Amino acid sequence: MKKRVLFLAALAVLMMAVPAMAIKAGGEAVVSYKEDVVTLDPAIGYDWQNWSIIKSLNARLMTYEAGTAKLVTDMAEDFTVSPDGLTYVFTLKKGVKFHNGREVKAGDVVYSLTRVVEPKTQSPAQGFYHSIKGYDDLVAGKTAELAGVTAPDDYTVKVELTSPDATVLHVLALNFSSVVPKEAVEKWGDDFGHHPVGAGAFKLAEWKLGQYLTMVRNPDYFVAGLPYLDKITIQIGLEPSVALLKLQRGEVDILGDSIPAARFVKIMQDPEWSKQVVSGSDLQTGYITMNVKMKPFDDVRVRQAVNMAVNKDRIVKMINNRAIPANQPLPPTMPGYDKAYKGYAFDVAKAKALLAEAGLADGFETELYCMNVDPNPRIAQSIQRDLAEIGIKVNIKSQSQGTVIAAGGEPDQAPMIWSGGMAWIADFPDPSNFYGPILGCGGAVKGGWNWSWYCNDEVEAMANKADAMSDPAKQADREKLWMETFIKIMDDAPWVPVFNETRFNMHSKNVSGDKKAFIDPVHIPFNYSYIYSNAVQ
Amino acid sequence: MLVTFLKRFSQSLGILLGVTVITFMLTYLIPADPVRMLAGRSASQETVENIRHQLGLDQPLPVQYGRYVVNLIQGDMGRSFKQKTEVTTLVLSRMPATLLLMAGAIFFELLIGIPAGIIGAVRRGRKSDNFFMMMSFMGVSAPQFVVGLIMLYLFAYRLEWLPLGGYGTLAHLVLPAVTLGITGGGWYSRMMRSSMIDVLLQDYIRTARAKGVSPWRVVMVHGMRNAVLPVIAMIGLDIGFFMAGAIVVESVYGWPGIGQLAWQAIQTIDIPVIMGVTLVAAIFIVLGNFLADLVMPLVDPRLRQN
Repeated sequence: MKKRVLFLAALAVLMMAVPAMAIKAGGEAVVSYKEDVVTLDPAIGYDWQNWSIIKSLNARLMTYEAGTAKLVTDMAEDFTVSPDGLTYVFTLKKGVKFHNGREVKAGDVVYSLTRVVEPKTQSPAQGFYHSIKGYDDLVAGKTAELAGVTAPDDYTVKVELTSPDATVLHVLALNFSSVVPKEAVEKWGDDFGHHPVGAGAFKLAEWKLGQYLTMVRNPDYFVAGLPYLDKITIQIGLEPSVALLKLQRGEVDILGDSIPAARFVKIMQDPEWSKQVVSGSDLQTGYITMNVKMKPFDDVRVRQAVNMAVNKDRIVKMINNRAIPANQPLPPTMPGYDKAYKGYAFDVAKAKALLAEAGLADGFETELYCMNVDPNPRIAQSIQRDLAEIGIKVNIKSQSQGTVIAAGGEPDQAPMIWSGGMAWIADFPDPSNFYGPILGCGGAVKGGWNWSWYCNDEVEAMANKADAMSDPAKQADREKLWMETFIKIMDDAPWVPVFNETRFNMHSKNVSGDKKAFIDPVHIPFNYSYIYSNAVQ
Repeated sequence: MLVTFLKRFSQSLGILLGVTVITFMLTYLIPADPVRMLAGRSASQETVENIRHQLGLDQPLPVQYGRYVVNLIQGDMGRSFKQKTEVTTLVLSRMPATLLLMAGAIFFELLIGIPAGIIGAVRRGRKSDNFFMMMSFMGVSAPQFVVGLIMLYLFAYRLEWLPLGGYGTLAHLVLPAVTLGITGGGWYSRMMRSSMIDVLLQDYIRTARAKGVSPWRVVMVHGMRNAVLPVIAMIGLDIGFFMAGAIVVESVYGWPGIGQLAWQAIQTIDIPVIMGVTLVAAIFIVLGNFLADLVMPLVDPRLRQN
């Protein structure tokens, strides 16, 4: 009996504690970054650090459930898809307001999507919208309208496609699809990127170029209870090691550039500070490309041999275990990742045998391009050492990012590239985004991003088929098809998948938030709406 | 004097024009395509060419250069490829911070260099001379990045005397200015020392001493006035060094100057910004030399007669 009373009392205390655990809004946070924020125009911004700022300032038709890769509606109330998968009709939520106080109407969605595709916007995202009807005409300058996006009434948006496209909802959830008011864009012209107006959780309050910018809570935000913080200050120009010292002193709350490599081990071993670190996997893969058009990488046996010769575990150790070894192009958190696939095992003897079989028993000499920012040259050296074991003499070409990208875009310039620093991070959580530009035939063009110049018609057909499977009921089949596609690519071995990075974000004791705030697969690097201040709890 | 002024002025303009040609050529010769960087990873060839056309980058180089110079004369340095903002706005927003940092650095390098040089010269070969020379050697050779981080750790983090980087007050200026000034201070002390030694061996110094002028007055008035000339000339030349040093120091301390802007523009191959910053840096270097030429005759009457 006594036990039961005690149990009931404990239960009562717990139940009383539940409301107290609800997060109280208010407070501020300071985020540090080394580099300047370039632009906050959602149609243009495509950088690591402005990505989550733009996401917080804007709203779009679709978004993801916080902390997950699950698509949900954002400013759309709901949507329907026609049976042929060619027409999507969205109904807008009523009363959603831009930061300038005006209500968002369907016409704004039409304007914003047209603006991204319009050539004069120079959006780096233009290509994402290729399946929308009228895309080609707008890109070619034959018309000023995107025929496939229309507004039958103020709260209805119709998106028509030329062919079924399973990625279109993801595209409509991208930052680039943010809905912006025409009057603000026209008022500021090219400077709109410094005076953004959206309908997101935060609005821009002040921006001192090169110093800081502040975002404040949008009181009219249409998602009840969000965001938690009243104000976020983005401090610019802070060297990561200085930012860490500032965080430890309570002057900075979130390290935008993560923990500096030189201090990483020390922080993780520190019982006090390691508690402030949140980690999770990124939708990212670091890989070595081998140019299949250049000798001797035109021989699949050579590429397979290289796959077997690279010691991925050592590379991962070298970067303080801030990654896990990879065996296929897709990262483990991406749909379509094959858990059962083992990849090429690290086997020097077998690699040598394969080279001998390819008539290269004495090895050969080649070049490995890499970006000249730490840790990439060190990783390149490790690869160089591994390949020397099987007789391949690698000359490292450590160069600026732009130079490496340009070399990769030439059919006969870079035999091998280590992708670090430029590695592929998914724009949206769908396997399609890991194929087209970097492994598909469309990317294997001059100036393209398919640096291995791999183009396999059979694989391309499989990818096209998977992309066309837009019926949600066939999602499992689609994932399976992608799985087969990527394993087939691995048989051809145009890449050595090396690792999938783990993200480590550190915050001060002044702020908190669970994983969805600090490690969100799409709100990279942070989901600012879910970070809260401990000072007001 | 006026003729000299005009001659030097036209020379300076010629140098600046030369700088624009060289920078223009170099930025276009780098083996990277800014349009590709701008267009994004999913862009089609058509999109890339479209952007290239909009930016006028499909024109022959001489046409592009001509257009650049014509715009420049009208005060237009173009728009940043990446930020879309006018380069003039970007540079002007960063300029006050860099000028402040340079002024602070000059102050500290003179504060360190001149007294250390004088003491070294007067007490030549003694312990204090050896000490200052060793310090100046360290100052000249220490990498600014390392000095900056050590000073931040010591004076800002451990002792909490000064802010941990950032910008805004005089307290924020101290550490970056000292870091940038240390190298110059090292050079100045060596230069001041050797210049002072030369001057102290001159006949007029001997005469002053023989006439019973106090040693303090001999050194500080008769000696320093002549010995400081090369140091003044050096300040003008130093401005170029400051521009290079500013990139490192601004980066360590989060100082929002043009050094930081330059670094970022180089990373993203933002050609209009790279050219704008280079031109502004060149203007400063030319202006520094120009001013040094003007100021030196005011200090040394012999140069005026020449």
